Amino acid sequence: MVVKGTVFKYGDNVDTDVIIPARYLNIADVKELSSHAMEDIDTEFVKKVQPGDIVVATRNFGCGSSREHAPLVLRENQISCVIATSFARIFYRNAINIGLPILECEQAANAIQAEDTVSIDFDTGVITNETKGEIYQAAAFPPFIQSIVKAGGLLKSLKERGA
Amino acid sequence: MGMTMTQKILAHHAGLESVTAGQLIEANVDLTLANDITGPVAIREMEKAGFNRVFDNRKIALVMDHFTPNKDIKSAQQCLECREFAKKHQIVNFFDVGEMGIEHALLPEKGLTAPGELIIGADSHTCTYGALGAFSTGVGSTDLAAGMATGKAWFKVPSAIQFVLKGKKAPWISGKDIILHIIGMIGVDGALYQSMEFTGEGVQSLSMDDRFTICNMAIEAGAKNGIFPVDQTTKDYIKDRVNRETIVFEADPDAEYTRVVEIDLSALRPTVACPHLPENTKTTDEIGHIEIQQCVIGSCTNGRIEDIRIAADIMKGRHVAPGVRTIVIPATQEVYLQCIEEGLAKIFIQAGAIVSTPTCGPCLGGHMGVLAQGERSVSTTNRNFVGRMGHISSEIYLASPAVAAASAVKGFICSPEDL
Repeated sequence: MVVKGTVFKYGDNVDTDVIIPARYLNIADVKELSSHAMEDIDTEFVKKVQPGDIVVATRNFGCGSSREHAPLVLRENQISCVIATSFARIFYRNAINIGLPILECEQAANAIQAEDTVSIDFDTGVITNETKGEIYQAAAFPPFIQSIVKAGGLLKSLKERGA
Repeated sequence: MGMTMTQKILAHHAGLESVTAGQLIEANVDLTLANDITGPVAIREMEKAGFNRVFDNRKIALVMDHFTPNKDIKSAQQCLECREFAKKHQIVNFFDVGEMGIEHALLPEKGLTAPGELIIGADSHTCTYGALGAFSTGVGSTDLAAGMATGKAWFKVPSAIQFVLKGKKAPWISGKDIILHIIGMIGVDGALYQSMEFTGEGVQSLSMDDRFTICNMAIEAGAKNGIFPVDQTTKDYIKDRVNRETIVFEADPDAEYTRVVEIDLSALRPTVACPHLPENTKTTDEIGHIEIQQCVIGSCTNGRIEDIRIAADIMKGRHVAPGVRTIVIPATQEVYLQCIEEGLAKIFIQAGAIVSTPTCGPCLGGHMGVLAQGERSVSTTNRNFVGRMGHISSEIYLASPAVAAASAVKGFICSPEDL
């Protein structure tokens, strides 16, 4: 599968409190919740974001709270992938479990800039920066995690396995 | 090759002789936890996926602690959803207002977490129970839904950093200063994906409450879990709380660590994490003159009886500085009652502070102490991210109960030695 979009670029330690502030966690409706995505770090995000767009950040993306609302609001805003140098571990699990594609790639995270046009081939892990004419290689997921992603999330993969 | 303490617990729960770092395993869980924020998402996901049963109604804890007593209608609806789920599945450990406390203080107090057990919770500070020699870690709502339905969870076996604690801490130094010092040293991703295993002769001088505080903030260094060895202090704590068989795991002598860090407890000074990351630490000697408008003493990090006693000891016969709104939140009903019986509540009220029913409330900017534009709070909580406690221009300084109480009295951040 190949996705393509415009990049929103952030730095180190983007925490879940800025991805979706806790003051909105009383909202059950995901659509309403997602209108506050990234609000405390980037008030333009929800105004500008288009289906397929890509979030790129550097170290420790998604640190802090375990709230699954964080990857959920990115998915709901139709972000096609998050690329980072590294992810906080709970965010990493949550993204995989709900089927939000994420890739760890230091080279891409450093080189890609805001508003670059980037395409990603999930089968090969190749990230293409069409604006700069550069190519970066992300590591593939281990087979077990691939099976969760392919099934469309953890619960669906458990059901497939007969749980 | 030997295994770390964490690896041994994981291997046991996966039914394997041994495991190595990086291995993906599926393990049986002894307890799953969710709260009024993460619970509803997990419940909806579980039902949507067609799971109609829970794996064991005694091994699921649901704690209504974040936006409770409910701050608004939306929060009330979320609790209602959890309450109905608990009723439908006859969840034994459902804690509502009147019984609830802040989850990570409550579960150990109720004896629901014990040495050698494996606990997952849809709350990042679930790592707290490592203080008891358990493996416990935070997960998201989907993981939790899977855990509630199947009693299992998948893990990537972590490598570990060993922290060798030496010496004895000085008066006024507590677990909070130790963990803030460590996070300042290794950074907010310094233990990313790894275990933080605490060991050394310095461990024996740490109370259970110190250890809970230290493990609670392992996540603030990016760790998967924090863990302490089981000793007499642990055994004394669980004696009247846990009445089931427990297994004590120890790290092998030849266990492999990615890094060994020595901490001389006797050299530590009162430590504060400045905005907007827990790694931005300074000692009270270095911090300069920082005026505050609010002081919060409580949370899953520092709302236990020892924390409250330290704060009361400092506030006794003193008064909070004009303009410092001081909010004391005992973490559980048991701690709250102790506060009343020991006369601590009276000390706080006479000092001009308020004493609240248990709630996570202000820690995550929910209610009971939300900050306005440009305001500054000293807080015994665990995160000082942008907007965490209110307005995005407000600031949080993380500190121990001793530093927070002394700062409330002075009106600026200081050490209890400065009083």
